[in-house]
Amino acid sequence: MPEILAPVLDGLLIGLVYGLAAIGLTLIFGVMDVVNLAHGAVIALGMFAVYFLFESGIHPYLGLVIVAAIGLAFGVFVYLIAVRPIIDGPPLMTLLATFSVSMVIIGVGTALWSTSPYNVDFPVKTLNLFGYTVTSARLVAALAAVLVTAFLYTFLYRTTLGKAVRAVANNREAAELMGIPSQQILALAFGIGTALAMLSGALIATLFPFTILSGGIYELKSFVASVLGGLGNPTGALFGGVILGLIEGAVAPFIKVSWTNVIEFVIFVLILLFFPTGLFGGRR
Amino acid sequence: MKLLSRPFFWLIVAVTFLYALLPYLGQNITLRETLVLSAIYIILAANLNLMIGYTGYVNFGSIVFFGLGGYLTLWLIASHHWGLYPAVLFAGLVTSLLAFLLGIGVLRLRGAYFALATIGINEAVKDFVANFEPWGGAEGIFLPFTAFKAMGGPAKALWTVYLLIILVMGLSLLLTYLVKRSKFGLGLFAIREDEDAAMVLGVKAPLYKTLAYSLSAFLPAVAGGLYFFKNGSVIPDEAFNLHLSIEAIVMVMLGGQGTVTGSAVGAFLYERLRGLLLTLPGLSNFHLVIAGALLLLIILFAPGGLMGWLYRVWPRLRRVLE
Amino acid sequence: MKKLWVLLALLGALAFAQGNTITIGFTVSQTGKYNVESVNQLRGLKLWQKWVNDQGGIPIGGKRYKVALKYYDDESKAERVQQLYSRLISQDKVDFLISPYSSGLTAKAAIISEQYGKIMVATGAASDSIFKLGYENVYQIYTPASRYLTGTLDMLRAADANLKKIAIVYEDSKFAKAVATAAKAYAAKKGFEVVLFEGYPKNTTDFGPIIKKIKAAGAEALVGGGHYADGATFARQLYEQQVPLKLIALLVAPASDEFAQLGDAALGVVAPSQWEPLVKYQQTCGPSPAQFTQMYKEAYGKLPAYRAAGGFAAGLVLQRALMDAGTTDPAKVRAALDAMDITIFFGHIKFSTDPASHGLQLGHEMVQIQWQKKDGKLAKQIVWPLDAKTADLVYPIR
Repeated sequence: MPEILAPVLDGLLIGLVYGLAAIGLTLIFGVMDVVNLAHGAVIALGMFAVYFLFESGIHPYLGLVIVAAIGLAFGVFVYLIAVRPIIDGPPLMTLLATFSVSMVIIGVGTALWSTSPYNVDFPVKTLNLFGYTVTSARLVAALAAVLVTAFLYTFLYRTTLGKAVRAVANNREAAELMGIPSQQILALAFGIGTALAMLSGALIATLFPFTILSGGIYELKSFVASVLGGLGNPTGALFGGVILGLIEGAVAPFIKVSWTNVIEFVIFVLILLFFPTGLFGGRR
Repeated sequence: MKLLSRPFFWLIVAVTFLYALLPYLGQNITLRETLVLSAIYIILAANLNLMIGYTGYVNFGSIVFFGLGGYLTLWLIASHHWGLYPAVLFAGLVTSLLAFLLGIGVLRLRGAYFALATIGINEAVKDFVANFEPWGGAEGIFLPFTAFKAMGGPAKALWTVYLLIILVMGLSLLLTYLVKRSKFGLGLFAIREDEDAAMVLGVKAPLYKTLAYSLSAFLPAVAGGLYFFKNGSVIPDEAFNLHLSIEAIVMVMLGGQGTVTGSAVGAFLYERLRGLLLTLPGLSNFHLVIAGALLLLIILFAPGGLMGWLYRVWPRLRRVLE
Repeated sequence: MKKLWVLLALLGALAFAQGNTITIGFTVSQTGKYNVESVNQLRGLKLWQKWVNDQGGIPIGGKRYKVALKYYDDESKAERVQQLYSRLISQDKVDFLISPYSSGLTAKAAIISEQYGKIMVATGAASDSIFKLGYENVYQIYTPASRYLTGTLDMLRAADANLKKIAIVYEDSKFAKAVATAAKAYAAKKGFEVVLFEGYPKNTTDFGPIIKKIKAAGAEALVGGGHYADGATFARQLYEQQVPLKLIALLVAPASDEFAQLGDAALGVVAPSQWEPLVKYQQTCGPSPAQFTQMYKEAYGKLPAYRAAGGFAAGLVLQRALMDAGTTDPAKVRAALDAMDITIFFGHIKFSTDPASHGLQLGHEMVQIQWQKKDGKLAKQIVWPLDAKTADLVYPIR
């Protein structure tokens, strides 16, 4: 097996999870023009959710369904108290509002769980496929990301509710004129975005140790993936996540591991400056 | 000069003197350490106000200037044996220049994109510095103790630096006041209201925005140099702490964006609250929760902040307290 | 009237008691990434406090001084450390200082103690660089970083005369970087070829990329790591990725008892250790290694790790300096520390008085431990130096 292939495959697998996280962010932006700065905090909540479920005896993979449900409910809740009142105001307000939610979550999380690392210690198998060593956890995480994305697509394109969401994303006033209750759809969309973020957090927790502050780094990766794919474009976000994972994997053998973050952020700023609609075209 | 006849100018001078003299006359170290933090916050908030309050661009990563100022200063002192004064001034000018060059590119983005880009800049700079060996990499820069001896010993050096920080605080308030009353400031406010309309009316928006961004970098960079000199060291996590940036936004919003008094009062109140929370056992991380909740409440119910509320209750106040 | 006398007597006793107390200030990482190690260190220090107070206090110049401890949680954050040490000095007015745990935090605290001229005993801090900044008030208990892995490399060479390729992968922190850099230089002297020399960011949880690099470089042995959290994760992932290494030596993490939680991933892993309960130092003052171990076991129900020993040692060294000085006057205590040349349960203690490295620990040495299965259970064994070992090195480990 050529040496470059292993890190690239690793990057692909983890990239799918980044993509899942990014979809959560980009969906909310696409539907209601809101950059959810609580994204990272919610990812961290997902990590803790799966940890506590595991401690109560529920296997992490089964717990994913519960985590999604919690995410949906929490997202709707956050929307109603922090976003809805100012959704039609200046963009600064929604930015600050979601950021303040993030601060509250992280503050409460730190007070409750401190910043000492947590670990979901469930048995993991190491597999050797044609010379490529990989843990079962990483494969399942990637698979779960793909499944959830497929599920999301089925929802958005094959169900009436999903179509309503796409209608509101496209043109809120027109959708209202067609009789779609836009406020409820917005709440639902925010809930779905939050659920996706929490799910990605839960999957990441099966791979690495975490603290309430771990969400930050994945939030920034979500931003990079989202802008790569074009903010507002869920397919783009998934591809953006995969591209990001591949870049990480391909670049890691050649440069110091600690430079990957710098490179990601430089990409981020460059894309924002020169390709604001992303590589695949977003909403703007 | 018309400035000297305005009562607000003297108010700024009075506050600056109070901050300087109260601890110094009694050689009260505890009070000094409390006030220095308060002064730093006021410096950050006041300069941030130039972008948020006046120009209407939310700079989420404003702390990057503070950090760069600190790093440049300490690097010049530790590796090139510069004195404190030239090092700090140089750091301020270089950071300002970098901000100008960066601003030309970044200020082409609007709203949320600009905010995200500023976060990206802060994180990129932090990660770069953490990998940059000449600046100590992840370990940061630690000053040899001779740096303090060169200023007459640590005790004297600490007091000198404190007074310099207070001076920078006074200058920050003065700067924001002068800008507000100038034609330049008027242009900035016009940009904030409606950038396109402002340009149609002849305001050179790209130049003004970039100047404001660059200006808002200078004094925080100088303050960073002084602050980290006092600390004797600078490490990436401390220098480019995104949370401090966000807290600066909270301070500006709390006090009332666009007003000089607002950023000072907001910074002062927030620092008091934060200091209180940090010393209470078990609640030490709650300052983030409180800040977050406070920010949300301000956004939802009082977007004009404290000064906004005061102006509504006493309209006459607007003329005296800017 | 009687009440007044009682009150006066109480106040007098209080004043008397106040006057005969030494207050030692420091911060502990009760939360955050250093919390396991730091709390361990605190336990050792508290045990010393109890031990010395039970004897009536420290005898200084004819009077007996009880020891009081004042500490705050630094949350493993550098920003908190400076504020808290300033507070300890200016508000709480402590007499002497102990460092926080970890070189990074100690470096921050040292600046403050030096600015205010307060003596600080630095334990849990192995970095050499702290002592190159011209400080006069900081004294190091641990063996410095430059001498951490030298024993490991000696041991490896003794076990395998033919091994060539080693990888040095370390946490990008003050401490680990200093250890790694010194190890690299020493490795060249011992005839090793360093095929990979790289640092990973402090909060790394995904060691995948760097493990791939280790494999790709063809390394046969690995030394490095950083602190507990990352070291444990690194060891676990090395095991999961089935990396074919003949020896794995990591800093700090394997030297903790908690490392046993890794199960099979811990087997064979080596660590340099500042101290182990089974060491055979002959002390000239204070308890013997066996006595200390016994005291600790009675107080906390388990064997002491080297962090706890370091905490106790810090208090003991300060106590000895105060006794030698015969006064609490900082200048005289400093002189006593400069002149100190003793052996305690922790090992040989002697500080450098050369202005270029003042306070650096010169006397103390590291031992190497390895996790081995004894009667089916995982336990630490001292495998180096040969005259101090409790078991033979298991090599290769996998």
